[in-house]
Amino acid sequence: MQNARSRSRRRFLGLGAAWSAALVACRGKSAAPPVEPKALGAAVSPYGSRSKFEKTARFFNQNTKVPLEEASSRTPLHDTYGIITPSSLHFERHHSGVPEIDPSIHTLTIHGLVDRPLVFGVDELKRLPSVSRIHFLECSGNSGGEWRGGSTESDVQRIHGLTSCSEWTGVPVATLLHECGVHPDATWVLAEGADASKHDRSIPMSKIMDDAMVAYGQNGEPLRPEQGYPLRLLLPGWEGNANVKWLRRLKVMREPAMSREETSKYTDLMPDGTARQFTFHLEAKSIITRPSGGDTLVPGAFCEVTGIAWTGRGTIVSVEVTTDGGATWHQAELQKPVLRIAHTRFRFPWKWDGKDTLIASRCTDDTGYTQPPLPELIKVRGMNSQYHNNGIQAWKVASDGTITNGNRA
Amino acid sequence: MATARRRFTIAASVLAGLIAARALHAQSPAFGVGHTPSPEQLKQIDIDVTPDGKGLVPGRGTAATGKDVYTRRCETCHGPTGKEGPQEALSGGKGSLATPKPQKSVGSYWPYATTLWDYINRAMPFDHPSTLTPDEVYSATAYVLFLNGIVGEQDVLDEKTLPKVQMPNRNGFVADPRPDVPLKRK
Repeated sequence: MQNARSRSRRRFLGLGAAWSAALVACRGKSAAPPVEPKALGAAVSPYGSRSKFEKTARFFNQNTKVPLEEASSRTPLHDTYGIITPSSLHFERHHSGVPEIDPSIHTLTIHGLVDRPLVFGVDELKRLPSVSRIHFLECSGNSGGEWRGGSTESDVQRIHGLTSCSEWTGVPVATLLHECGVHPDATWVLAEGADASKHDRSIPMSKIMDDAMVAYGQNGEPLRPEQGYPLRLLLPGWEGNANVKWLRRLKVMREPAMSREETSKYTDLMPDGTARQFTFHLEAKSIITRPSGGDTLVPGAFCEVTGIAWTGRGTIVSVEVTTDGGATWHQAELQKPVLRIAHTRFRFPWKWDGKDTLIASRCTDDTGYTQPPLPELIKVRGMNSQYHNNGIQAWKVASDGTITNGNRA
Repeated sequence: MATARRRFTIAASVLAGLIAARALHAQSPAFGVGHTPSPEQLKQIDIDVTPDGKGLVPGRGTAATGKDVYTRRCETCHGPTGKEGPQEALSGGKGSLATPKPQKSVGSYWPYATTLWDYINRAMPFDHPSTLTPDEVYSATAYVLFLNGIVGEQDVLDEKTLPKVQMPNRNGFVADPRPDVPLKRK
């Protein structure tokens, strides 16, 4: 399994023959008996970094016509643990690059159908009553390559890496709107970023008043620039791009603005040629992250099956795992506490018997909804809806122990 | 008496001044944060254009004037007729949405012409956003609509006419019916 891991990681990083030679050399050296260091270690430092031996990284495709300023990079789900994604490995999807914003001059303006339009500085927002909540964020295009009946992508990072989970700290948008005095006929709020393309989405007032947050903190420190520094909108359980980063403006309105991103993009095309518009929620979904595509199993050896489950509609109540292609399903253990609208870690003990098989997970949330098989979704939505794929991910284990994408028939 | 009146006048003017200052630097009622934006500040950032045409600024353009803008500022990414790329297709795909190979373009998919104006104005050209004049935005909008056969070459687009442009896929959108796969289990 370790060799396979190294192979797949090398492939992620796109490193060549020189690196392979270096790895072989390293392995040769590491065969010598371990020696505890006798010299002094490094001194204290102002800002920590990971061990030089750890190389896991976000993946992004560099051989594409898509400019990297509007590309996405994917979280290495295979090599992250528990439920929190390190901020440095949180997935990215930008529409016009990451702006560099000075928080001392950045402001958030709230205007439109309000009694008192107001401009808030970042420090002013930090003085207001705050909340911290752990929530996942998922791009609605995550797992989108599978809509055509299973992609040729073979690992969990490339297929599903557009989901991450953080602790977010900020001010409820409701607090700010109460300060501005919202008109009773207001039903939508336009959120707009300060990035080059002024990315904007219209959000129903009900969501804004329910649990929307203007976030300035992520995992205990200020937001990363890639995540919207210094301010972003957070809409728990709703598709990633509506959680507008680098938030500069909230305009209270009567109708949606019908921006480019909410009409020509992020609308789900159905087989009859109609498109669904506003598909905000991310539905219940789970994936086995280890073992998964790129790993190699050893027959008879213990292998913990683990992964993550989440739902934009509430809380995960169960995750089931199959190791025999769906003939039988077994309850996995959920890591406690199970949090609402957050990644939920599941674990299931297993020994592979050496025969080829399919392994998969499926989850159920507290609305009673169970994650469907991908073919069931395709039956209803066709192969061209592009977004919001929450179908079951199968991994195919071959008799030689190698694992590949099992979604392909 | 005279002194008293003067004192009153001074007090009144000080009070008026305080009220004015408070209006200028108004803060939120419960927590005393924020300040009131000036009309100029609001105008600068209030850039969205809605389907009813609110937010459009004065200006005009036709496909004829737009050809030049398109050639200079758009063609490199979108191709000579808006179909060739390398970036997003702006035209073509008419009647393809219900087929196995749907092609989404401004003409085949976008429901509102105002959205095109808004997006060109806020985000285009990709590497130099917000550098087009209002006339150039109207002109580029007209040219892209002309490439799709939606307006004529000499049709004038301005604040009044743009919101009236009927897009072919205006009624192509339906509400989200999810959960749409009936797999509720006990």
